[in-house]
Amino acid sequence: MTVKPTSWIGASVERLEDKPLVTGRGRFAGDVSFPHQLHMRMVRSSYAHGRLKAIDVTEARAVPGVVAVWTADDIADLPPIDFREGPNEKLAPFRQSVLAKDVVRYAGEPVAAVFATDPYVAEDAAELVTMDVDELDAVIDASLPASEFAAGLTTEPTICRQGYGDIAAAFKGAAAIVEMDLSVGRHSGVPLETRGAIGRYDAARDVLELHGAAKVPHKNRESLARMFGRSTAGVHLYEGHVGGGFGVRGEIYPEDVLVLVAAMRLGRPVKWLEDRREHMIAANHSRQQRHCIRAAVDAEGRLIGIDDDFFHDQGAYIRTHGTRVADTACGILPGPYRLPHYRVNAHFRLTNKTPAATYRSPGRYETNFVRERLMDAIARKLGLSRIEVRRRNLISPDEMPYERPLVALGDEVVLDSGDYEGLLNKALERCQWDRLEREVAERRKAGEYVGLGLAMYVEKSGLGPTDGARVNVHTNGEVEVITGGASVGQGFETVIAQVCAETLGVDYKRVRVIHGRTDRIEYGIGAHATRATVMTANATAVAAGKVRVKALDMAAQLLQTDAGQLTIVNGSVMRTDGAGASIDLGDLAHHLRPVSPTRGERDPGLAAEGWFTTAHMTYPYGVQIALVRIDPSTGGVDIEKMLIAFDVGRSINPMLVRGQLVGGFVQGLGGALFEEFQYDERGQPLSVTFADYLMPTAHEVPEVDILVTEDAPSSCNPLGIKGAGEGGVAAVGAVIASAVDDALGGKGLITQIPITPQAVKAMIDGQRK
Amino acid sequence: MKPASFSYHVPTSVDEAVALLAELGPQDGRILAGGQSLVPTMAFRMARPTHLIDINGIAELARLTAGGGIVTVGACVRHAAFDSGTLPGATGALLRKVVQNIAHYPIRTRGTFCGSVANADPASEWCCVMAALDGVAVLRSQRGTRRVPAAEFYQGVMATALDEDELLVAAELPMLADDTRTGFVEFSRRKGDFAIAMALVAYRLEGGVIVEPRVAIGGAEPHARRIAEAEDVLSGQAPGAAAFVAAAEAASAAVDPMEDINNTAAYRRGLVRTLTQRALESAE
Ligand SMILES: Cc1cc2nc3c(=O)[nH]c(=O)nc-3n(C[C@H](O)[C@H](O)[C@H](O)COP(=O)(O)OP(=O)(O)OC[C@H]3O[C@@H](n4cnc5c(N)ncnc54)[C@H](O)[C@@H]3O)c2cc1C
Repeated sequence: MTVKPTSWIGASVERLEDKPLVTGRGRFAGDVSFPHQLHMRMVRSSYAHGRLKAIDVTEARAVPGVVAVWTADDIADLPPIDFREGPNEKLAPFRQSVLAKDVVRYAGEPVAAVFATDPYVAEDAAELVTMDVDELDAVIDASLPASEFAAGLTTEPTICRQGYGDIAAAFKGAAAIVEMDLSVGRHSGVPLETRGAIGRYDAARDVLELHGAAKVPHKNRESLARMFGRSTAGVHLYEGHVGGGFGVRGEIYPEDVLVLVAAMRLGRPVKWLEDRREHMIAANHSRQQRHCIRAAVDAEGRLIGIDDDFFHDQGAYIRTHGTRVADTACGILPGPYRLPHYRVNAHFRLTNKTPAATYRSPGRYETNFVRERLMDAIARKLGLSRIEVRRRNLISPDEMPYERPLVALGDEVVLDSGDYEGLLNKALERCQWDRLEREVAERRKAGEYVGLGLAMYVEKSGLGPTDGARVNVHTNGEVEVITGGASVGQGFETVIAQVCAETLGVDYKRVRVIHGRTDRIEYGIGAHATRATVMTANATAVAAGKVRVKALDMAAQLLQTDAGQLTIVNGSVMRTDGAGASIDLGDLAHHLRPVSPTRGERDPGLAAEGWFTTAHMTYPYGVQIALVRIDPSTGGVDIEKMLIAFDVGRSINPMLVRGQLVGGFVQGLGGALFEEFQYDERGQPLSVTFADYLMPTAHEVPEVDILVTEDAPSSCNPLGIKGAGEGGVAAVGAVIASAVDDALGGKGLITQIPITPQAVKAMIDGQRK
Repeated sequence: MKPASFSYHVPTSVDEAVALLAELGPQDGRILAGGQSLVPTMAFRMARPTHLIDINGIAELARLTAGGGIVTVGACVRHAAFDSGTLPGATGALLRKVVQNIAHYPIRTRGTFCGSVANADPASEWCCVMAALDGVAVLRSQRGTRRVPAAEFYQGVMATALDEDELLVAAELPMLADDTRTGFVEFSRRKGDFAIAMALVAYRLEGGVIVEPRVAIGGAEPHARRIAEAEDVLSGQAPGAAAFVAAAEAASAAVDPMEDINNTAAYRRGLVRTLTQRALESAE
């Protein structure tokens, strides 16, 4: 009989992290408190743009319980918040100062900070701070000609350019040219848990601590240490539970800096919790772009070239991400199609709105919408079906890996593997596209406004370069994985435990995953850009593999067997044929203690560190299909069917992959039909509550059919993994737009998202006239 | 989003409540009922009453009764009381239909009918019911009791005839005859949101033609009201497409819709037509 270890990779096991969460014993930023802490309240500009002539804090300071009120003058020694990837001279003048000085540039910009013994007192006092502001004209539309940001600087800090080939020749030789003006609305991650930060200075150890950190604790530690002139050894970040990350949480914002500086200067821990209204005007916005795009195609509908000028509405300042979203948009726009010539100019524009940065699937949600609208338009222009025009342009599996002379997230674009047409076929079959098309045609004849939409896309994941993990087996057999990854609630601990369990041969429930503590591991990439599973899991597999070798070696000595005949099953080392004695990993750890005489020449500890380095990102891909019905009298859109087909290379936990895809879909639906940060012409934010900023609820979300395939494992990493975190959201704007457009007769009327009932109704009325 | 400070009072009888109101009303004292409108606005500090008079402890205000042709809804009766459907007849059936459109269930278990009536949001479903059924607001103060019909009670966007020392002790709804057909339809972008527009209709048939028609529109104008022009069109007609389309047309022509950044007057006017027609078609 040969013994067979349990297979953990690919199993839909339940999440390790759920117990404290579902029993209300999690530890979110709001749950973190320290004795004698102060509470911070921000005073924010109510003007979108103006000269800040004076701030009066005397009344606020006099309120009993108020310990300090700071304005820019009180922290004049602090530099503006820098870019995560390091200094950038060209963009530096556009960074946000911790507190506004001389000029305010968006409604919501921090102008002063109140520190008090009680959060109510802090809020009462904050109301008493007054400011004298000369209002200036607000820039609301990023596509108008650039104006002045400050003396000698315009509101266009840079133009991100990418491209290759000869775009002029491409258009000269075209059989047809399709031109569109397409806009994506301003929306962003609006997690259930708003942001929070608790700063504490531990004088005994001379360590500055930030609690409530998320996403990229190690990178942020470096930035903060630089900002304060401290060594990284004197700054530590602690990640707790996270009620949704989505890109907005875990960046360094003015509030994070303030709680730390105040903790040092006021000598007491300082706690700040963002309220919902603040979140809507203070946390990063995202997505808003307007693309003026043209495609040159040959007579068969094959792309010859794409020429795109787009306006990226960055908001008032350039925050930690620099120009990353616009850059990514440029690099990823061509998607799954062959594109011989390409030119894109991203006009990176500042406006008087909340600064923007990444939101789940940044640069892709926008460009998938733009490119897929364009593909539908090409089909229409040439009288081809929307499927056929895509088939003719898809990159085929034998062209993989497919190099593109483009850059996304600072990484050369090399599509590592994929069978795009294969997935298209599977998706069409799964939803019975042909039958749906017939049904739609019949229902239309009967007067209904129904439509089918389709979108294809390439996602990116696993941004490198490197991540590490340490696996340590305790003498009781429990396994600890200490990683530089981070959890934003996505099931990180579970998948890392699964990979460790599979490699090592233990039950995944015996694995404890430690993350988000800069004091336990020196280096880490955190959780962003759908990289945690790809990078950290592979590093974990390397570390666990080393531990396995060491365990077998030690066991071979103790069991007097050749290591090659041994395996590990459920935490016990035994012979592969099941014969003879076995020994538990815990016992082996005991034999490997520093003082153990049996250890021999081996290094102490049943532990090892593993590193994984990748040359490139890995590219999962998907197909989304939607069937919608419009109520022509109200303009309301009802989604009758929704399919997401997605290839993840290799799925470690299919249940979690589905969860990621469905959750992402809901956020994508928000951007397609509901969510938008609106402003009036003076730059006043109009979407500051959940009554004005409409998130989809369970009522608005249709049943989503999910097809996860593993046809194209990544060639970039030994486990073959691609990320799933952003695949659900990436093409929802594209597919819903395609379906609504089809329901309106397939004329290319839908050129912007979100699609509101008011707009749809106006289009229907316009057609009737 | 933490309310400014206020003093909190908990009367246990209506007399005590109106005595407190007489004293504190002029000093910006406010009634606290379900708190589902007032508390959020306090959290935003858009409302900052110096005194809150919490009426939730007054047992006599929690009564919902039907008798003598009138449904009397006490000030502490929650929206959710109408979910369960104990009220008889056509009026009961109508209120059960309407209540499904108000917010979400957890909110309905706290928010009150009278709180909605007093708050007078243009898109309050209960205000539309009050208008449609010619409800009466029963107002008590130390000066006495006033009974104000809906048509006089509502004066504008969130503006009513309530004086600062008055407590809305109950809303009275004249009961519809048992054979009345009623319909209610509204449109909002998400389920549970305040509606962009709504239509409530009721009518009886006598000898195959419509009698006692009622058409009320809410959400479109500063306050809900009956639309006589649409009712006149229906009166004496056989129920059916011709009459319904004409009445819907008349309602949409008669309203003077509000505008906001997402909704033009024309869009709301179109909705009024659609919703009126659908309410008539679905009336049962
Ligand atoms: C998410 C959400 C969605 C909602 N959606 C809807 C909806 O679709 N339709 C809808 O109609 N409502 C909706 N509401 C509001 C809800 O119905 C409230 O319950 C209602 O508007 C007010 O009732 P209340 O008992 O909560 O009053 P409170 O909030 O306690 O009071 C509201 C105001 O009325 C005054 N008041 C209350 N009772 C009296 C009284 N007896 N005498 C004198 N003055 C009084 C108060 O002083 C206050 O000014 C929603 C609320 C929320 C939070």
